[in-house]
Amino acid sequence: MEISMKINGAEVTHDVESRTLLVHFVRENAGLRGTHWGCDTSNCGACVLWVDGTPVKSCTMLAASAAGHDITTVEGLEKDGKLDPIQQGFIECHGLQCGFCTPGMLMTGRWLLDNNPKPSEEEIREGISGQLCRCTGYKNIVDSIHWAADHPAENEVSA
Amino acid sequence: MQTPAPVDYVRATSVADALSLLQQHGDEARLLAGGHSLLPMMKLRLARPDILVDINDLDELRGIRVEGNEIVVGAMVTHAEILSSPILFEHYPIFREAEKVIADPIVRNKGTMGGSMCQADPAEDLSAVGAALRGTVVIQNAEGRRTVPMREFHEGPYETKVADGEILVEVRYPILPGAGSAYEKVERRSGDWAVCAAGACVTISGGVFTSVGIGIGAVNAEHFTAVDAEAYLVGKEPTAENIAAAAQMAADSCDPSADQRGPADYKKHLAMELTKRALTRAAAAAKGA
Ligand SMILES: Cc1cc2nc3c(=O)[nH]c(=O)nc-3n(C[C@H](O)[C@H](O)[C@H](O)COP(=O)(O)OP(=O)(O)OC[C@H]3O[C@@H](n4cnc5c(N)ncnc54)[C@H](O)[C@@H]3O)c2cc1C
Ligand code: FES
Ligand code: FES
Repeated sequence: MEISMKINGAEVTHDVESRTLLVHFVRENAGLRGTHWGCDTSNCGACVLWVDGTPVKSCTMLAASAAGHDITTVEGLEKDGKLDPIQQGFIECHGLQCGFCTPGMLMTGRWLLDNNPKPSEEEIREGISGQLCRCTGYKNIVDSIHWAADHPAENEVSA
Repeated sequence: MQTPAPVDYVRATSVADALSLLQQHGDEARLLAGGHSLLPMMKLRLARPDILVDINDLDELRGIRVEGNEIVVGAMVTHAEILSSPILFEHYPIFREAEKVIADPIVRNKGTMGGSMCQADPAEDLSAVGAALRGTVVIQNAEGRRTVPMREFHEGPYETKVADGEILVEVRYPILPGAGSAYEKVERRSGDWAVCAAGACVTISGGVFTSVGIGIGAVNAEHFTAVDAEAYLVGKEPTAENIAAAAQMAADSCDPSADQRGPADYKKHLAMELTKRALTRAAAAAKGA
């Protein structure tokens, strides 16, 4: 079936099988490999992207269900060559090692801050409880999100 | 890579349209709500529908509202919406307590009330909540609507009164003025299904329980509840001894099986302890306690 959706503001149309999962549509058809694909079972959160501004696990949504909707992926965080503070936070606080979990962490972290600009450590840990990181032990991820909360306008660094 | 088997896909434009699509395709068709139980099952080939009828566009199935002395929750209301609903929190904090420990924040953005009810996993948290609150489920088919009490809704694990060609449209919860409610759950790790969970909803007047609702999940309690324990408490004072005795009766009526979430005797112990805690907190929160 022919499926169209907006991804990071650009209209994308492809003819795919109706069983195609959104994560594969975004990675294989739209060629945006920033969104990762890990457990396949809605547990790890590597595949988190936004549908109409709300984070979802894209391995557990059909591309067909996303047709006509607005998708934002990790590639969409950067604006006019400027990193989003959440991205800068992960650089400042060394919030990643292998980086596999990072796209999901960034998308969930940004959304968390949009809804709760000054989260406590507990609220951050609860907020990312649907994401697994096998490297960092989470401490630096929590610090990175805190950094972004403390520097809301500090996206002055060029990408 | 896990992917569903080939399947057709159609978006329903109204409940009437969804019903006629279901009729047209018979038992080959499945409704697609949040997809967070159905798609994983399709990946594992535990479900193999030929066609998915997506009901995500149906605004008539959304919304949480008060109607008379009932709170009505639409089938497509998400876990996240239940968690943050001021109406539900005002009357029944049990919803917020249960939702906080259902899956994780991202899954909660997709999973729905209707999907949870119809999936009918023996560990489904909203089933235990619905039993404690004595909710009723509204089911629609080509002929019209009918209501089924939550306590008659489950036919067994993963089986409910919703037949082929039918849609669960909403769940209704009676408002009990002054009620206290609470939810307790033990899971192996954050976001996991319950090893055991218990909820309670009570009213107290003149120093004694005037109504008691108990919901118990994941330990094979008949209809997710414990009617003997409820009946025992009505008319009694909310003392620690009375509550402990009822909690023990509730646990005795459960029949958990041993699995990767724990041995049967441990789960039975949890059923007792969690029922006790939920009743104790619900009693403390009830007006007139
Ligand atoms: C990682 C993870 C952790 C989870 N943890 C928990 C937990 O701790 N506690 C808990 O309670 N749940 C948990 N869940 C389940 C979650 O609540 C699911 O979202 C829910 O079980 C199904 O809701 P859904 O909207 O996704 O339904 P779907 O997957 O879309 O549908 C499930 C079934 O119900 C049918 N159906 C859906 N809506 C209707 C309707 N309106 N009328 C008739 N039939 C319908 C579908 O055809 C399908 O057969 C978890 C899920 C995941 C992925
Ligand atoms: S790949 Fe989607 S949650 Fe792991
Ligand atoms: S940085 Fe490796 S999984 Fe998180």
